[in-house]
Amino acid sequence: MNETISIKIKQNPDRSLFNRDEESVVNSSGGNHSTVKLAVRNLNFFYGEHQVLFDNNIDIHQKQITAIIGPSGCGKSTHIRTYNRIYELYRNQRAEGEIRMGGQNILAPTVDSTLLRQRIGMIFQKPSPFPMSVFDNIAYGLRINTNGRGSELAGCVEETLQRVALWDEVKDKLWEPGTDLSGGQQQRLCIARAIAIKPEVLLMDEPCSAIDPIASAKIEELMLDLKSHYTIVIVTHNMQQAARVSDYTAFFYQGHIIEFGDTKQLFTNPQHQQTEDYITGRFG
Amino acid sequence: MEVHLHREIDRLKRRVLSLGAEVENALGKSVKALKKWDIELARSVVKYDSEIDRIEVEIEEECLKILALHQPVAIDLRFTITVLKINNDLERVADLAANMAERVLYLSGRQNIQIPEKLTTIVSMAQSMLKRSLDALVNLNTDLAREVINDDDIIDDLHTQMYDYVQEKIKKESATVDCQINLLSVSRYLERISDLVTNIAEDVIYMVEGEIVRHRM
Repeated sequence: MNETISIKIKQNPDRSLFNRDEESVVNSSGGNHSTVKLAVRNLNFFYGEHQVLFDNNIDIHQKQITAIIGPSGCGKSTHIRTYNRIYELYRNQRAEGEIRMGGQNILAPTVDSTLLRQRIGMIFQKPSPFPMSVFDNIAYGLRINTNGRGSELAGCVEETLQRVALWDEVKDKLWEPGTDLSGGQQQRLCIARAIAIKPEVLLMDEPCSAIDPIASAKIEELMLDLKSHYTIVIVTHNMQQAARVSDYTAFFYQGHIIEFGDTKQLFTNPQHQQTEDYITGRFG
Repeated sequence: MEVHLHREIDRLKRRVLSLGAEVENALGKSVKALKKWDIELARSVVKYDSEIDRIEVEIEEECLKILALHQPVAIDLRFTITVLKINNDLERVADLAANMAERVLYLSGRQNIQIPEKLTTIVSMAQSMLKRSLDALVNLNTDLAREVINDDDIIDDLHTQMYDYVQEKIKKESATVDCQINLLSVSRYLERISDLVTNIAEDVIYMVEGEIVRHRM
């Protein structure tokens, strides 16, 4: 389903559309001041008549990794799909409530969803490179977005591939199809493609579930590296991965956010019995 | 995988409770040997200490296996870490019970040794603290654990009083200096036991509430 999504990047995006002032809040778990990048308020989501998210409230902290965990079908992916309104590409799906970024509700119809997706990139469960060369997978977005050409473009592609630690592995096969790379390399190529246009938030929907443990470790390392530049939200079924890489964790169950807080706290001393039962495998 | 982990956790629980019973038994025998000057009983405590050492190593290996293979979280993590620490404290309590039994072996050869009342009080308090800390562990009873922690100060005071008592005795009765020093050693071992038992009680609170209360209470 995800592979069918076409990405359109407008030229000269009018980013003034968004007020970039972020809200500074007191971190409830640690007492330190941190900045909220996305403030989700009373978010409800419907597939037709069927409601799947119920009054979700959560603060996504800037340049931190937030993990979303929960059993299958609990609404994790649906929740993050509202952040860049990618659900709008499908019929009969609608979100209600607010997701505030820079003081503006990004769910409002006045907000251009294409521009929004430039600022909030997404990486899917199954690596989905474009059916073009490794180079063009990165250059595609850059060409449209920045009018970049020639050596400038090549420089950006190299820098992006360096950033995802893929350059050394692909520098001799830049003109080979991106789909010829290994699963782990393809996923890093997709991350490179997403960050090439310099988004502010990266959404990762189970980015390691289709790749082996070594490739998965590389992605995790990459996430920690990318954290200094981007706000990352990751949906994962792998509890250890959530505990290892994230700063904050939210536990979802049947469309409700049961618990959200500091990852260390949630994995050592969860405050809700349902969270405890889920993370210790005593669920149901 | 979770079922496997829970089976391992249950096994670990049974093993650490069994070790607790063994250590309580060793201390009980040492105390009885002291009260009755029972040499055979004292010898049996010293001899059995190596068995407790062996059990301690096995329990530690089980904890390490659980941490490495299952990467437990939440209550399972707190339980495994607590067992790792309590295991070590219990083994040290057994060592001190064996040390006490060795003092009994020394003192039992001497004539007319009077056990001062203060020491009798320390003995019964230390035994009670160990018992209550293990009960707190079994029943996840943090109120009981807090009681144990508070009692540690009382034993510290009693031990200080024992020190003064022995000092006075040595000044007055030079013939029994070695016996008095051995009695003071027994008091010292019991005071150390109460410290270790306090650690156990603090770890029980951590396991149940997730809060490290050490150095705070």
